[in-house]
Amino acid sequence: MLSIRGIHAAYGRVEVLKGVDLDVAKGEVVCLLGANGAGKSTLLKIISGLMAPTKGAVRFLGKEMTRKKPEEIVRTGISHVPEGRQIFATLTVQQNLLLGAYAHGTAAAELEELYQSMFDLFPILKQRFAGKAGSLSGGEQQMLAIARGLMSQPKLLLLDEPSLGLAPLAVNNIFGVVRDLRTRDIPILLVEQNVRAALKIADRAYIMETGRTVKHGEASELLGDDEVRKRYLGM
Amino acid sequence: MSAPPQSTAREEQPMGAAQEALLTVDGVSKSFEGVHALIDVSFQIKAGHIKALIGPNGAGKTTLLNVINGLLLPDEGTVSLRGHELTRMKTEQIAMLGVSRTFQLVRLFTVNDATVLDNVLLGAHKRINPTILGTLFLRSRSGHKERVMREKAMEALSFVGMDWAADRVPTALSFGNQRLVELARSLMAEPELLLLDEPASGLNDAEVEQFLQLLMAVRARGVTILLVEHNMNLVMRLSDDIVVLDFGKRLAEGDPASICANPAVIEAYLGSECAIGGGSG
Repeated sequence: MLSIRGIHAAYGRVEVLKGVDLDVAKGEVVCLLGANGAGKSTLLKIISGLMAPTKGAVRFLGKEMTRKKPEEIVRTGISHVPEGRQIFATLTVQQNLLLGAYAHGTAAAELEELYQSMFDLFPILKQRFAGKAGSLSGGEQQMLAIARGLMSQPKLLLLDEPSLGLAPLAVNNIFGVVRDLRTRDIPILLVEQNVRAALKIADRAYIMETGRTVKHGEASELLGDDEVRKRYLGM
Repeated sequence: MSAPPQSTAREEQPMGAAQEALLTVDGVSKSFEGVHALIDVSFQIKAGHIKALIGPNGAGKTTLLNVINGLLLPDEGTVSLRGHELTRMKTEQIAMLGVSRTFQLVRLFTVNDATVLDNVLLGAHKRINPTILGTLFLRSRSGHKERVMREKAMEALSFVGMDWAADRVPTALSFGNQRLVELARSLMAEPELLLLDEPASGLNDAEVEQFLQLLMAVRARGVTILLVEHNMNLVMRLSDDIVVLDFGKRLAEGDPASICANPAVIEAYLGSECAIGGGSG
């Protein structure tokens, strides 16, 4: 459903992506691995339209997405849960969720249903619905960020480092959520530095080095790959 | 490959007097609009040690760092460095006394196309040169002092392995690399005590290995470290001892082995017993 071909991108004169090819098929969890600075978050920004590539094409459900506006891309069905959560701390949990549905102009009755389905996935958000998002713990804020991403009822979810800055117990809970989403057949492109846990959840994975995709394969195979173990698992 | 830290054994060595406490946190409490962020927290850090401060998200760890470096005034209790009370001092004064820190969310300057090197140079100005404007806006690059400072900043960048990025703008760097630049900046001030707020977040397991070596090298320079971090592989292998916060209170304190096996810490934070010295779980 997502097809990326020959993407190049630069910050000023520094080229950070130098030819990325990647596919995500229906129902798949695909993991994007690579050293810090390899260009993973940049690639997600290009897919969701937050940044324009200098070369190459992004296609989604057969449509050309390259250089479309972020809100158009959300309406087409791609939702981006950014690195560092980026929730609106001074707004309530409900207001944060509402913003997730904004691009669609979702009707009130449907919103109620959507809130309910978020409560099923994240019971804590029901308890904290009227509270300020900033008063949630880090793990709860990450759940809110994912729920906000789901409010647009995406056909593909981009998850950038969901475990970043979370306590060990909270990391377990977040990976539990990703596993849940998987059973609901929501395709996910996952960027994660917790490589071992990510490969255990994913169907396939791509490895990026200095702006290029250099390797891809079944997640289970990569988990046993000597180079992957040495470079990303520190073994 | 790791040697289990042995803080208790060290204390028992016949050294005459006990090792000097560099930092003493004594009975610190802090509330925000009725929420008790810190409740009567006390601990000490010995000179030359690495002490980890761990606990669930929202336990009060960052609040405590903010109290130590003067960004927040505690409601009760004191913080002192080598017996000098810091509690009512301004952040700049505390920095001048040798306390540097990095932040959980990276804070690098991007105004006026400030480069990575400019950002590192700013670290030095805390203690050595008050003309921050000179670096950021006037770009005075003449003069002996400026040249020496730039050499020093390049050294700090090489030390953290980021010299290749000296002329780039921080926003073009990944989150993990921005953290390393922040560390270089804090080292420019030649701190006696370094407060690190989740420095390894955004690094993968292999990068954590390198970062562990880097922090050991920092300690070898004689810098004492208070480390807030969720990566237990790093914390357990690096720390001399650990203090655990939960709901603003000190839940436990001890060496890595005892913290790892502490049922209350496992329940509140770890989720399972940790393996010291192995890969991360």
